[in-house]
Amino acid sequence: MAAMTPTTPTSSTAASGPAQRPSAARRARLWLANHFAVIAAILVLLYLFLPVAYTFAFSFNDHGRSNIVWQGFTWEHWQDPCGVPGVCESLVTSLQVGVISTVVATVLGTLMALAMVRYRFRGRSASNLLIFVPMATPEIVMGAALLTIFVQGFSNIGISLGFGTIVFAHIMFCLSFVVVTVKARLQSLDPRIEEAAQDLYAGPLQTFWSVTFPLILPGIAGAAMLAFSLSFDDFIITNFVSGNESTFPKFVYVASRRGIPAEANVIGFSMFVIAVLLVVGAQVVSSMRASRYKS
Amino acid sequence: MSALAHVTTDPAASTAQGPRATGRSRTAYLLLLPGVLWLGVFFLLPLVQLAAVSLQSRYPGFPGYYYPDLNFANYAAALTDYAPHFARSFLYAGLATLLAFLISYPLAYAMAFKAGRWRNLMLICVIAPFFTSFILRTFAWSQILADEGWVVGVLSFLNLLPGGSIINTPVAVVAGLTYNFLPFMVLPIYASLERADPRVIEAGGDLYANGFTTFRTVTLPMSMPGVLAGTLLTFIPAAGDFVNMELLGPQRGKMVGNVINDQFLAVPGGYPVAAALSFTLMAAILAMVFLYVRRFGTEELV
Repeated sequence: MAAMTPTTPTSSTAASGPAQRPSAARRARLWLANHFAVIAAILVLLYLFLPVAYTFAFSFNDHGRSNIVWQGFTWEHWQDPCGVPGVCESLVTSLQVGVISTVVATVLGTLMALAMVRYRFRGRSASNLLIFVPMATPEIVMGAALLTIFVQGFSNIGISLGFGTIVFAHIMFCLSFVVVTVKARLQSLDPRIEEAAQDLYAGPLQTFWSVTFPLILPGIAGAAMLAFSLSFDDFIITNFVSGNESTFPKFVYVASRRGIPAEANVIGFSMFVIAVLLVVGAQVVSSMRASRYKS
Repeated sequence: MSALAHVTTDPAASTAQGPRATGRSRTAYLLLLPGVLWLGVFFLLPLVQLAAVSLQSRYPGFPGYYYPDLNFANYAAALTDYAPHFARSFLYAGLATLLAFLISYPLAYAMAFKAGRWRNLMLICVIAPFFTSFILRTFAWSQILADEGWVVGVLSFLNLLPGGSIINTPVAVVAGLTYNFLPFMVLPIYASLERADPRVIEAGGDLYANGFTTFRTVTLPMSMPGVLAGTLLTFIPAAGDFVNMELLGPQRGKMVGNVINDQFLAVPGGYPVAAALSFTLMAAILAMVFLYVRRFGTEELV
C-alpha cells in the first residue's frame, strides 16, 4: 500500500505535478480512505463489545427480583455464582454436551474431510451436498425436524427427549462445520510432503500419523473449538429437543422473561474470559513455535 | 462480474488433490461412512419425517394426536395465514444482512490491509464477544435500547426519534439480528480480502483509478466470494431466528420463526401447520441460496 508519509499538500503539485507522483488531493483522499477504514474498524469493535460490557457490569448489580435496571454494586454474585437454583446444573449439562459433541463431531468430521480431499469416488458431489445443506438450513427447521422424528419415530425405540437427544442433535449440526474447517487446512497442504514420505517407504498409515496428522492438527484444533462454541451457545435446536433437560442458554432464555439473575452474567462473562485466554494462549504458543523454527 | 473474481480462488485447491487422489474409493467410503450415517439419521430422516408431519391431519377432539394423510390444507394455511410473518422474516433478515455488510466491510478491510501485527488481536476481538452466550448479549441489547437507556436519551435529545422508543419495535429486532450474526459476515470477507494480493489494488491506483473506482472495480470484486458466503451465513440464520423478536421485538407482528416455535412447543395440535411452515421456510431459503449462488457464485462455495 502507498506509504502514508504526511507531506504538505500544495496546490502547485496538485495542478501540475508530474504523472508518476499521485496528486496531493488524491493522497489526501487516500489518507482519509485509509483512516476511514481504521476508525470504522475501531468503532465496530467497540460496538461488538458493548453488550459484553453490559453483561459484565450487570453481574455486579445488587438487584432485587429482576436484574434489568442498575440498583447498586455488590460482589455477592461473584462470591456464589451457583446461588440461584438451576444455573450451575444447566452449566454442567452444557459443558458435558459440548465436550461429547465436540469429540464425536471432530473425529467424524475429520474422517469425512480426509475422504473428500484425498480421494476421488462416485458420490463425491452428493456427499458434498449432504455436508453443505445442513449449514444452509435454518436452525429452527432442523430443530423442528428433529422434534418430529424424536417424538413420532424414535420414541418407539425407547429414545425420549433429554440429554441424549441434545447430544445427537449437536453432533449433527457441528459436523458440517468441522468438515469445512479441516478440509480447508488439508487443501492448503503441499501434496509433495506426503509424496516425499511415501518415497521414503512410509506406508499410508505411517504417512498419515507422522506427516499429515501433525500438519492438519491446527485445523482440527480450530474445528474442535468452533464445534464446542457452536454447541455451547446453541439455543434454538436445543429448545426443540431438550424436553425437561436445561442447558445454560435455555436457562438464560427462560429466566429472561423475569430478568436474568446476575449469577448467569457471572458465568457468561467467565466463559468469555476463559475462551479469550485459551485463544490468546494458543496464539502465543504457535508464534513461539514459529520463531523457534526460524532460529 | 469482473474476471478478477477468479484471482481469489485458491490455486492450491485445484492442484492439491494429493498423491492418492485416484486411490481406492473403498477407503474413502469407510472414512465417510460414520459421518454420512449420522447426517442421514439425524438430518435427512428428520426432514422426511417433517415432510410427513406437514401433511398429517389432527384427530378431531384429541389435540396432539395426528394421523397420516395428504392434507395439503396445512400448506394453504401456512401460506395464507402466515404470509405477513414470512414477509417480515425476509424483510428484517434482508435489512440486517445489508447493515451487517456495511458494518463488516470496513472492519474486514482494515484487518486485511491495515492491521499489520495487530491482525491476530483484531481477529480475536471479532470472535471473542461471541463466547458470551448470545441470549445474554441479546438481553443486554434490550437494556441498551430501553426507554430509560442512554441511546434513546441521546437520540431523543437530538430529535432523531419521533416514536420516542426503540425497544419493542422492528428497529430493535433488526438491530439485534445485525449484531448477532456480524462475525459470520466479517470472517468470510476478511478471508477473501486476506488472500487478495495488495499489489493488484495498488495497480488500480497506478492506472489512475481514484480510491473509490479502485475499490469498486478491483477490491470489491476480489472479495465477492467472501461477500457471497457472508451474506448467506447472515441471512439464513436471521430469517429463521425468533429469539431477537422475542427479546427485543413488539408483541404483535412476529416473524415466521416465532410462529413455528410457538406452534410446535406451545400450541396443542400445532404440529402439521408448523411443519408446513418449516418446510416452506426451508424451501424458500434453499431456492434463494440456489438462485443467488447461480447469479453471483463461484464454483465451490464450501
